[in-house]
Amino acid sequence: MALSPAPALRRKHRRTRLRTLGFLSPWLVGFSVFFAYPLLATVYFSFMHYNQIKEPTFVGLRNWTYVLTQMPLFGPALWNTLWLVVVMVALRVVFGLGIGMLVTKIKTGVGLFRTAFYVPYLAPPVAATVAFVFLLSPGGGPVNEVLSAVGIDSPPTWFNDPTWAKPSLVMLSLWGIGDLMVIFMAALLDVPKEQYEAAELDGAGAWARFRYVTWPSITPIVMFAVVTGVVQTMQYYTQALVAGKLASGVSIGPGTVIQPGYPDHATLTVPQLVYSLGFQNFNTGAACVLSLVLFAIAMAFTTLLMRKRAGLLSAED
Amino acid sequence: MIRRKRLLHWIAVHSVAVAAALFFLLPFVFVFLTSVMGDGQAMSGDLWPHEWHWSNYVQVFTTPGFLDWWRNSLTYAVLGTVFTVCSSLPVAYALAKFRFRGRRTAMLLVISTMMLPPQVIVVPMYLVWAQQFHLSGSLWPLIIPMAFGDAYSIFLLRQFLLTIPKEYLESARVDGCGELRTLLRIVVPMAKPGIAAVALFQFFYCWNDYFGPQIYAAQNPGAWTLSYGLETFKSAHMVDWNLTMAATLLVMAPVIVVFFFAQRAFVEGVTLTGVKG
Repeated sequence: MALSPAPALRRKHRRTRLRTLGFLSPWLVGFSVFFAYPLLATVYFSFMHYNQIKEPTFVGLRNWTYVLTQMPLFGPALWNTLWLVVVMVALRVVFGLGIGMLVTKIKTGVGLFRTAFYVPYLAPPVAATVAFVFLLSPGGGPVNEVLSAVGIDSPPTWFNDPTWAKPSLVMLSLWGIGDLMVIFMAALLDVPKEQYEAAELDGAGAWARFRYVTWPSITPIVMFAVVTGVVQTMQYYTQALVAGKLASGVSIGPGTVIQPGYPDHATLTVPQLVYSLGFQNFNTGAACVLSLVLFAIAMAFTTLLMRKRAGLLSAED
Repeated sequence: MIRRKRLLHWIAVHSVAVAAALFFLLPFVFVFLTSVMGDGQAMSGDLWPHEWHWSNYVQVFTTPGFLDWWRNSLTYAVLGTVFTVCSSLPVAYALAKFRFRGRRTAMLLVISTMMLPPQVIVVPMYLVWAQQFHLSGSLWPLIIPMAFGDAYSIFLLRQFLLTIPKEYLESARVDGCGELRTLLRIVVPMAKPGIAAVALFQFFYCWNDYFGPQIYAAQNPGAWTLSYGLETFKSAHMVDWNLTMAATLLVMAPVIVVFFFAQRAFVEGVTLTGVKG
């Protein structure tokens, strides 16, 4: 016969469980109300026709087939978001690592340089984007003035040119590299010095030292940078939207409906299309379908990358 | 020979560093120079102002609405930060220090929420705030949820709390402290750097947020924040970039000032996100 715990012990267990629930309660409420419920509602609305005025009506898979096969903007938006996820994240990691390594090699004035490299990261995204649209503006912006002064006759028109608009956004994101610089710097300083010395004694050149000493020890941080970079870029919204709006020169007040993604849908991302469907066209069903597509891609990317254990869960779990 | 090689190395490294510094700092310089140009000059392609129009800054401040945007940004950022820290700390503490069934699942759920683009759930969320609570046209739909834990802050705080040795907590328990007392008296003082970092991140997040205010406050200019209002600035002052650039610097300034006062906590926080685990 199994021994049942003494009543006092059972009471203690119940108290412990209540205590745990108490501490977790803000998040339990938050998770259910501000995450689980809206996620389920998104699924529900994806099968409904709903213009936010009349009652929703069930339409089966019509929103899904519309978004996936007929909606003209779906292709460009998906392409742009994937393009940004691949190119922007890769370049940010490479550039961040480069700047981090540079800082660890600077002998004189390291504090000043570090601050200079870091400060742009702090600029609020909208402000940074407004600044870059001005700097890169084709008609009298400083960058093109300087470029033509050094003899480049027809510099690109940056945010106004479909081929250059995304690279300009990448440039903007490289300007704010400060966060990656700091974590790479910390990781690089953690590499044991003796290993470099040993490698040097063995006659390893600069590349071999990087490949066999630095790289193995910083891979977890690189993975972390890639995962967070992918997560951030899936949500990429503000910079693309503000750059497109400002460069197009359209007067924008509240309620003005503009075609997002100027020039020529080059800066249209999936999140922007969700906004545009849900809050400008009031096509709730299509917006929810697109949200779920975004959700699926985000989940796919993160589970793929989390397999590699990007240091998000520590050994204790 | 070795000394010469070292000197060359020094020169190479520092030339690259100076070039990089120009890339990072010149945008600020150009923005500043344009912000003090006269109305006719800003788009002329000149890089240096003929005359220094400091009055541009006065003009930005006296733009109708600008001070309201400041007030709204501050309200959003301060309340959002206080709410987030107060609600996330106990959750992080439980996840870091209590042993209970489902802890691992809870942690995985926190991390998945953190990964989810906010746009995925925004449509139904908006409908609830607008239709059930009639709160669209204000920032409350953004502030209230922060009183119910924020996944990213929970995650960061937990990472930090894991570093606090068990012995401190046990000795507090032996002294008869309840868990809440232990949290407030023992854990909070020890976790100050982590809390400061999370608070700063949240403050910056709110200050910089554009998507949120666009969803909930767009219809009501009285509820706009600086980040949201700034974008309308150019179209309102179609003619010239000078006022827009002055406004841009005024939006950047508070964050950079806060950074210089709290540099240590900030860098610690950024490192915390990456190096742990």
